[in-house]
Amino acid sequence: MFEYAPAPESRSVVDIKPSYGLFVDGTFVDPTDGGSFKSINPASEEVLAEIAEAGSQDVDRAVRAARKAYEKVWGPMPGRDRAKYLFRIARLIQERSRELAVLESLDNGKPIKESRDVDVPLVAAHFFYYAGWADKLDHAGFGPAPRPLGVAAQVIPWNFPLLMLAWKIAPALAAGNTVVLKPAETTPLTALLFAEICQQADLPAGVVNIVTGAGDTGRALVEHPGVDKVAFTGSTEVGKAIARAVAGTRKKLTLELGGKAANIVFDDAPVDQAVEGIVNGIFFNQGHVCCAGSRLLVQESVADRVLESLKRRMAQLRVGDPLDKNTDIGAINSAAQLERIRELSEAGAAEGAERWSPACELPDRGFWFAPTIFTGVTQAHRIAREEIFGPVLSVLTFRTPAEAVEKANNTPYGLSAGIWTDKGSRILWLADRLRAGVVWANTFNKFDPTSPFGGYKESGYGREGGRHGLEAYLNV
Amino acid sequence: MTATATSARSDLSELGRSETALRTFLHGLPGVDQVGAEQRAAQLGTRSIKTTAKAQAIDLAIRMVDLTTLEGADTPGKVRALATKALRPDPADPSCPHVGAVCVYPSMVPYVAEVLRGSGVHLASVATAFPSGQAPLEVKLADTRAAVAAGADEIDMVINRGAFLAGRYREVYDEIVATKEACGDAHLKVILETGELATYDNVRRASWLAMLAGGDFIKTSTGKVPVAATMPVTLVMLEAVRDFRAATGRQVGVKPAGGIKTSKDAIKYLVMVNETVGPDWLDPDWFRFGASSLLNDLLMQRTKLTTGVYSGPDYFTLD
Repeated sequence: MFEYAPAPESRSVVDIKPSYGLFVDGTFVDPTDGGSFKSINPASEEVLAEIAEAGSQDVDRAVRAARKAYEKVWGPMPGRDRAKYLFRIARLIQERSRELAVLESLDNGKPIKESRDVDVPLVAAHFFYYAGWADKLDHAGFGPAPRPLGVAAQVIPWNFPLLMLAWKIAPALAAGNTVVLKPAETTPLTALLFAEICQQADLPAGVVNIVTGAGDTGRALVEHPGVDKVAFTGSTEVGKAIARAVAGTRKKLTLELGGKAANIVFDDAPVDQAVEGIVNGIFFNQGHVCCAGSRLLVQESVADRVLESLKRRMAQLRVGDPLDKNTDIGAINSAAQLERIRELSEAGAAEGAERWSPACELPDRGFWFAPTIFTGVTQAHRIAREEIFGPVLSVLTFRTPAEAVEKANNTPYGLSAGIWTDKGSRILWLADRLRAGVVWANTFNKFDPTSPFGGYKESGYGREGGRHGLEAYLNV
Repeated sequence: MTATATSARSDLSELGRSETALRTFLHGLPGVDQVGAEQRAAQLGTRSIKTTAKAQAIDLAIRMVDLTTLEGADTPGKVRALATKALRPDPADPSCPHVGAVCVYPSMVPYVAEVLRGSGVHLASVATAFPSGQAPLEVKLADTRAAVAAGADEIDMVINRGAFLAGRYREVYDEIVATKEACGDAHLKVILETGELATYDNVRRASWLAMLAGGDFIKTSTGKVPVAATMPVTLVMLEAVRDFRAATGRQVGVKPAGGIKTSKDAIKYLVMVNETVGPDWLDPDWFRFGASSLLNDLLMQRTKLTTGVYSGPDYFTLD
């Protein structure tokens, strides 16, 4: 046997402070009422830092700072000068990439190979991409001299803390808006390190403000009368609440919510690569991905073969220490999320689906869930309908392309879908019929700053990324 | 289950009798998505193999080396020196394992055989009008028989790429069958020359064709064309031997050759073997590296691991 020795990335590259304040008007400040909470490492349950909790007064302070910066500095600044700051931030992210990757893995639980090879490079790429747009907005297709909206309130989730920050902040700043961003309460640390990068880049005070806290802080921010734009990524339930809160105001809204994507494998698919795509689709980032391929639709004539290959491949997945460079699946982000994954998995088994996981040893401390597949799943099972947001795949079969379309679309969500076939004409036929914002063909979970991303139906509205992503931050 | 396996086995052995059956089978194999295969190979290359795992991998890689010289300028003196090195790669360290085999041209086999006799190091010879394979079948078979008679216990043959690319699969198949017969007890490695096959679909088909015809090993390259072994090509071949064993029960070995020069590269290949076909193939009987300069880099890394310091290249023999 060829056993890989532990290969941990050093955590000494990042300096975590014992406590963090709120980043308002260019400096770290204490919250008015002094509330705080702790951010823990989900792989060990060790406390990483004490984080300030922003109350409504703090949120107000942050929105005022953002308004002042918008009116006095950032709004009037020529696009080419805004671009300089964004390029500088992008370069600093690259320079400090190792620090950011380690901190992301510590706070979130995701494997270092993902934070190092996917998250942080994409974050830098987003800033580079939108930096390039800052002085070319006239040519973005929204008419001559499109105007920014003003102050953007941005609330982001815990699954890709820094990447979601980049998706929100980069286009907002490029278009000339200022922002108040609230990171998720379980993963605030990289946003706070990003605040330091803003200071390092000499970004004018108040252009980026970061308020930490949980649901109440988010509500105060979204409902604040001083914001012109609300952008949210997270659960459909919270998304609906935000849509209600914003209804009837002048605030422009974009929502990127849940998903229950179908990954469709036809009998002529390249099997080995399809299996890689299935694994990447559901086990990437522990399945904490809104566009995860959580429903595998496989053509009945190849179902046994695909499942056999999939199980063999799953037995190779290495679950454990997120900082080990050979780890494929890290820790579940929080106890609450672990509980939800357990609850839905138990419902799957109770409803009659067959559960399978490879033999794998899970660490004693921290939050862990073995990669799991359910076979014999039908459209009526809860695990085929509800978003699990964990490393759990529901396998369904189909007989004809029309049946694949019908099952794939039979969900209230519509964020993404995958197609695996060697037949180009079938890809085009199917992509036209799938009600999903992103359709991947012979690949899955591919992201690029130039490509718009967003959903249909209860997966939200508005697009992030690409030229389309500018629209959400321009008065058009 | 046994009945199914047996019938599957006999089904496949019938394939070579008909051009149509062979073509239908080979074109019915699942396709390979180029982007996906290359991405998977690149991912496997990011594994971090350190300390004890690295030491284990380096010793295994040394045991898997087919120490090769295939030059017009080869002489008895040169190949004897190489064979001596194969037996004791690191004269300073008796714990260093010997390599898997020495690989030479047929005319050099007798000189190598003298040195290797009874050592457990195999003697491989290229044959069948290596590297182009562009000779009449009778010449190729005579070439093979001569190499075996001179003492080679492994034969590295080249397939007829011209016939393969022209779609004359039966011709390629028959040549491999005939060569296998000419080998007698010697193991047959079938060189696909993947650099000339151009697509991964072709690599997969050629792999199956070679296995169906009775090859004991499938090998990527001659080392004589610009593109030799690559990680994705070897990945596709490993998937083929894995699927072939599942279908027939017979295990076939894999040998990437050409262009693998560093320990780091060799370790990436071992990781790929480990995670694609598993420990059954992590053995010199089932996986080899066709290489010449790789051995010294493995020795340097091995010395670094045991002593903690790098020695200069002059501390390792050049043969």
